Amino acid sequence: MVRALTYGVLIFLSALFIMPFCWTFVTAVKSIPELYQYPPVFWPSALQWENFATAWFKQPFDIYLKNSLIVVVLSTFGQLLSSSLVAFGFARFHFKGRDAIFILLLSTMMIPWDVKMIPLYMEFNMLGWINTLKPLIVPAYFADAFFVFLLRQYIMTVPVEIDEAARMDGANSWQIYWRIHLPLMMPALVLVGTFHFMNAWNDYLGPLIYLNDQSKYTLTLGLSMFKGLHETDITSIAAITVILCIPPLILFFFAQRYIMNGAIGSSVKG
Amino acid sequence: MGTNPDSAAQRSRTLEKLTPYLFISPWILGFLAFTLGPLLFSLVMSFYDWPVVGERTFIGIENYEIMLTQDPLFWDSLWVTIKFGLFFVPFNIILGLLLAVLLNQRVIGSGIFRTIFYLPSVISGVALVTIWAWIYSHEYGILNFLLGLAGIEGPNWLGDPSWSLLAIVVASLWGLGGTMLILLTGLQSIPKELYEAAKISGVPAWARLLFITIPMLSPMLLFTFITSIIAAFQQLTIALLLTGGGPLESTYFFAMYIYDNAFKHFEMGFAAANSWVMFLIILALSLFVMKSSSAWVYYEGEMKNKENADG
Repeated sequence: MVRALTYGVLIFLSALFIMPFCWTFVTAVKSIPELYQYPPVFWPSALQWENFATAWFKQPFDIYLKNSLIVVVLSTFGQLLSSSLVAFGFARFHFKGRDAIFILLLSTMMIPWDVKMIPLYMEFNMLGWINTLKPLIVPAYFADAFFVFLLRQYIMTVPVEIDEAARMDGANSWQIYWRIHLPLMMPALVLVGTFHFMNAWNDYLGPLIYLNDQSKYTLTLGLSMFKGLHETDITSIAAITVILCIPPLILFFFAQRYIMNGAIGSSVKG
Repeated sequence: MGTNPDSAAQRSRTLEKLTPYLFISPWILGFLAFTLGPLLFSLVMSFYDWPVVGERTFIGIENYEIMLTQDPLFWDSLWVTIKFGLFFVPFNIILGLLLAVLLNQRVIGSGIFRTIFYLPSVISGVALVTIWAWIYSHEYGILNFLLGLAGIEGPNWLGDPSWSLLAIVVASLWGLGGTMLILLTGLQSIPKELYEAAKISGVPAWARLLFITIPMLSPMLLFTFITSIIAAFQQLTIALLLTGGGPLESTYFFAMYIYDNAFKHFEMGFAAANSWVMFLIILALSLFVMKSSSAWVYYEGEMKNKENADG
């Protein structure tokens, strides 16, 4: 009885959660007359696959895609490198002020992004970075508190004896980091890489504030342009939305083993 | 003169001492350049009349005075944000907890359910907004069609000031997969023996939830509580794209107020003052929640925590 109720609730809720995805997909492949039929057409008589190409060429999405890829690839690389370096520093050394600095690092997670929005804009403006992709890339090379925390928790599960043995063999700290810990923390790096990729790929406010020229736009910004330009072009909006959802979904599919493994839980618990 | 072996040894010792700082230097530099610097800078700006171009003048606390006493939009947007938070924060946690508790039972296909509930969290805010705008659409929306099947005449969700905020709450709750995941991992770390012992002594299911699950999970609940409050205050993308703050400012969030003052009216000093008020409110709320947490958060064994901290 309780079992049946559990399954009932789960199936009902998962239907609610997945329905918007399905509806968007159906909307993207409908023909125009079917789009505005009422009662709504739940499955189009013929799937209009060409809607995707049509939408793609309504704006320079090739350029947006290139910009998005530049931002995502370069910033993910920087995030992985810098966060793992910092995490290693906190996990494996005893130094003056370590715990105080670590608490400071954790507390920065509580600062809302909006509060930094204006001064950061001014700062990037002074640096001449407005209307370039730099504000979306460079900060990733300076480590993110949440990712540092996650990786540090991971490094701390590795026995110190491994480091000591390597030191006996003449390895210095950098070699221990690079040759031993970086390979060992690969699962955690996949997790960090996935989260960062999704954040960067999905980011809207950053590009909105820092980019002016269409030639600099990222995909999310391009998608949002449809709302202003073609108020009624629902098909194109749905089609680009579907395209935009695909990379994070694929990545999530491959990385979910790491995400679901409880890496988040163990890190939050601290 | 050749290298003095003494100073060479000393140099390597200095290097050894510096190494940890070199490792953490990326974060230190980033903190100075992208967090502390901007925070202090915006504090200074908040005491200025600071247009994007042109002369800036020191005006003391005038920005704060105007905001608090002469600008009704400040209070209105704050109120919208609080109303949103009053719906969003409890539902985010309660529904997240409900899903986590359900998935923590031994259900077949729990992996698939977990994935489905988490899926909306992996897509972009822009995609989320476009999806919901179409669902909510007054003329062609599927939501009102489904409500119509049940004999209910759906409102104009995004066009009616009495429904628009609720529509944003629902769209935001679609992304509660992250909260669910955190609570689920918390549930999985509760020792099974506690439940078995309670079962044997005949404690009913609801009492097990109330007296075992909730207390054992309370540190995680605290974490999600604070992050949900921050999320409520940061609500910008969805409102910006779904309703643009309207109708009749019914979804004009505080974050949007800051955004408009900065990037529409180009009053950087005023916007900086806005954002400092927001920062102080969030800080006060977080501290209040943390302080009160000693009354309702249960930490299992101080020793265990200490062990973790020392690693």
